[in-house]
Amino acid sequence: MLHIKCPHCGLRSQNEFSYGGDATVKRPELNKEVSDKGWDNFVYLRKSPRGKHLELWQHISGCRQWIKVERDTLTHEIFKTLKANEEA
Amino acid sequence: MSEIFRLEKGGLINRNKKLSFKFNGKKYFGYEGDTLASALLANGVHLVGRSFKYHRPRGFFGAGVDEPYAIVQMNRNNEVDPNVRATEQELFEGLEAKSVNCWPNVDFDIGAINNFLNKFFPAGFYYKTFMWPKSFWYKIYEPIIRKAAGFGAASIKHDKERYEHKYEYCDLLITGSGPSGLATAYAAAKNGARVILAEDKSRFGGSLLTSDVTIGNQSGQEWAEKIISELKSMPNVIVKNRSQVFGYYDHNMLVMSERVSDHLPKTDKYIPKQRLWYIRAKEVVISSGSIERPLVFGNNDSPGVMLSSAAKEYLKVYGVLVGKKPIVFTNNDSGYETAIEFKKNGIDPIILDTRKDANSEIIKEAKELNINIKFSYVVVAAKGYKKVNSADIAKISDDKKNISNIENIKCDCICVSGFWTPTIHLASQSGNKTKFNEEIDAFIPSQSKQKETTLGAANGVFTLEETIKTSFKKGSELSKQITNKESKVSIPTVVEKKSSNHDKFWCVPLPEGKNYKRFLDFQNDVAVSDIYLALREGYRSIEHVKRYTTLGMATDQGKTSNLNGLQLVSEVENKVVPQVGHTTFRPPYTPVSIGAIVGREIGKHSKPTRKSPMHYWHEKNNAVFVDAGVWLRPRYYKQGNEDLFEASKREAKNVRQNVGVCDVTTLGKIDIKGPDSAEFLNRVYTNAWLKLPVGKARYGVMLREDGIVMDDGTTTRISENHYHMTTTTAQAANVLSHLEYYLQLVWPELNVNVVSSTEQWAGAAIAGPKSRDVLQKLFPDLDVSKEGLPFMGYMEGNLFGVKAKIYRISFSGELAYEVNVESDNGNYMWEKIIEIGKEFNIQPYGTEALSTLRIEMGHVAGSELDGRTIPYDNSLEGLVSKKKDFIGKRSLSKTAYVAPDRQKVVGVIPLDKKTSIPEGSYIVKDAKAKLPNPKLGHVSASCWSVEYDNPFSLAIIKDGKNMIGQKLFALSPLKNKTIPVEIVSSHYVDPKGERVRS
Ligand SMILES: [Zn+2]
Repeated sequence: MLHIKCPHCGLRSQNEFSYGGDATVKRPELNKEVSDKGWDNFVYLRKSPRGKHLELWQHISGCRQWIKVERDTLTHEIFKTLKANEEA
Repeated sequence: MSEIFRLEKGGLINRNKKLSFKFNGKKYFGYEGDTLASALLANGVHLVGRSFKYHRPRGFFGAGVDEPYAIVQMNRNNEVDPNVRATEQELFEGLEAKSVNCWPNVDFDIGAINNFLNKFFPAGFYYKTFMWPKSFWYKIYEPIIRKAAGFGAASIKHDKERYEHKYEYCDLLITGSGPSGLATAYAAAKNGARVILAEDKSRFGGSLLTSDVTIGNQSGQEWAEKIISELKSMPNVIVKNRSQVFGYYDHNMLVMSERVSDHLPKTDKYIPKQRLWYIRAKEVVISSGSIERPLVFGNNDSPGVMLSSAAKEYLKVYGVLVGKKPIVFTNNDSGYETAIEFKKNGIDPIILDTRKDANSEIIKEAKELNINIKFSYVVVAAKGYKKVNSADIAKISDDKKNISNIENIKCDCICVSGFWTPTIHLASQSGNKTKFNEEIDAFIPSQSKQKETTLGAANGVFTLEETIKTSFKKGSELSKQITNKESKVSIPTVVEKKSSNHDKFWCVPLPEGKNYKRFLDFQNDVAVSDIYLALREGYRSIEHVKRYTTLGMATDQGKTSNLNGLQLVSEVENKVVPQVGHTTFRPPYTPVSIGAIVGREIGKHSKPTRKSPMHYWHEKNNAVFVDAGVWLRPRYYKQGNEDLFEASKREAKNVRQNVGVCDVTTLGKIDIKGPDSAEFLNRVYTNAWLKLPVGKARYGVMLREDGIVMDDGTTTRISENHYHMTTTTAQAANVLSHLEYYLQLVWPELNVNVVSSTEQWAGAAIAGPKSRDVLQKLFPDLDVSKEGLPFMGYMEGNLFGVKAKIYRISFSGELAYEVNVESDNGNYMWEKIIEIGKEFNIQPYGTEALSTLRIEMGHVAGSELDGRTIPYDNSLEGLVSKKKDFIGKRSLSKTAYVAPDRQKVVGVIPLDKKTSIPEGSYIVKDAKAKLPNPKLGHVSASCWSVEYDNPFSLAIIKDGKNMIGQKLFALSPLKNKTIPVEIVSSHYVDPKGERVRS
């Protein structure tokens, strides 16, 4: 079980969090033209990297904040955690 | 039978407390402090089981967790406990156990015929033999194999024992209380670190309990006792016996199983049988010691053949002789220690040493005691079927290839020592890249991946002096980093006897013309010949050899067999062991009971049960409940002998004719506040929200980004910047996370706050043509007329002294209102509604009637919004704004979503107007078409229309828009039904929606 440092609450067990996928995906802006391909990329296509991955977790059983976690998908090492508004 | 193998004195058992117990129905005596194994051995009982595949007689091989044979079925506390290791089970008064894997009994086992047919049971036997004919598998092969194989029989009864979970944090977790564990714990505790010291046995001390050493003027055992009692007195230390750390997981999370009352005759009501500890440790010290390796020779599985370290433990800890005419067969000095113990207790052992010659302090002592030592000697084969009675021994050539001078000598036990294997399971589980140490022919930990250190014998260090020294140092070092404290601890002087080098020889060749089984894996019956066969058949990877032969795959996880198997493969393959590599160690290190894993989360405790504030009223009024997510909701209120069908029909009819009241507390509710709330809702919902006036509600649909409908509900503008959103019961949590996601990550510029208010409000839906009359009487001061409170209107009122919120919204399609009060006042509100509604024939209705009402109105719900449908499919396209952008809009223009024959919700009526259509039925054009019959779609919800008194269903079918009026078939292969149906509009009742607006 991972030990994740919520930037708001501190170190907590993984079972307080829920996983939210790739944190580098940017939603296309509202009311902007998006190509079919661009939209498909946003909705469906995700990389499955082996190694460092910046991902979203929500501290659902804690402060309910969405946070960013830089984690190694192979070793589970967590390099850093960030608030939603912080850039990696 | 008396305890003829118990010594007059000695051992750590309590001779003042005699205990009686039963094994295979027979009564025996033992002492407090015995294990079931030691007590049986004291009584001369060696035959305790039958082997897994060949049903060969089996006895005791070890004295602890490594025991591959002595697995018994326990009867305790009126519960059955299968697969208990007799070497771990402590004796208590009245203990009852029996052998497993034998029928009709352990003495006469029919399955033993397998042993004589063993030519037909080679490696991969099951794979090869039971393949054809395929149809035989389920009916013939599988049941027979299942009966013949396996160990204990699990009870099919509900386990009434109590199991608990516990979470703990510490600076240092130390696994094992042998010399390295004790020294580490002591040094770390002195530095103020929070320490957990875990010992899987009942006694602390590990190898110190049986070794002949001195630490600081005390015997090893006395020193261990002193350290433990000091540790126990320190507030920063948790010392746990009967506790096995069996799993090492990510981020230094370890799991430990504590056998809290397995050693007691009965579990106390408030004390669990077992407790599972989840421990998050800053540093882990693995001090799990080592396990003696077997030597491999003919019939080396016979009862009476056991590890020499086990024989020594039975002697020194339990005062039990495993035999009175022992052969000690060894390739190193450890066997001599056992022989010396025998000799000291008046027994004359013979030592067969595979080495040509050897000299050390230990050997010298044996010689001085006049023990008969034969160098360059081996046991060729054990003789005796149910118990060893003699052994064929022989001289072995210097190159270890040839044996000569075979002779038979009498014996009643053979104690084997093939040197030691460090217990590296936990280190390996943590991700440690282990390395092979040539000197000890075994793997030891090398590069740690997590914060873990292995010390002592587990690290391949077999001298006590070095173990004590490094452990004190390491314990101090590791704890100092955490506590920043350093207190001086003097390292005690150690006196131990020096050993000579061990012999790398471990597998005795077969004599000419003999075909003895030589076992590697004792629990799974894997013999040397099976490995040869697997390699001949082309298996190369050790992982494949393991799976094909089942080497190391039994419940003992190959604790005694792995290394010998590896050595054999590397020998045949002409490789070195590290090239072959070991198979992956995975948790659990020892078997863990399912009960311990489940803990208290069982039955009704497996998930929380949520009850509305009106729950007890429902109960008192004969509600029959149904699980709705984690909520319990009334499904119907039973009157007299009514069944579900009759009751729900009555309730639904009463709503259509008079008025009904339904508990809607479970609906998800989210409070939304902030100046940008309207803009936010406008982005979240598919329809327009910017112009919703204060005091009005609106129905909304929200999508996922892929265009699929996520949820629906009404949202009411309470005041300028305050909204009250409702969600479906099932999606409440997901919707909240969804909103938080967009507010925190996508549009942080929006000034909006959301919070769940589901539990803050109790809700009652009052529905039916007479609902206005009820409402007016509930709120006499309010104008709830058609004009005063129009459809989708909102009002606040005073319900007999209680603040209430009134929403004119409808799920039933009737004139209806939802009244919300603070949860604490829920029951008060409910009783008032029932009381006031009496004169209008009000009746409560449950979820079944609620479904009927919404289905015949064509209102979509969870069964249509099933995570596969877009707004069009649900006839909600009218709510999709063309002007503004919103979550998921871009997806709606996908080719499949705008196809002219896109699926759509329709109504379905059986042509005979009698036959109910099972939910999940297919809609097809031709009932008799060849399979697979092309399906147009499926029936999503069915009810008995109370308006028309015939069955009515909703279905989502291809080109639904153009299917109205068509005669098709509903096919239910599950219920074996083919029903001719007509497709109609999904809005079966009041298609113009006049009632809700009345
Ligand atoms: Zn948090």
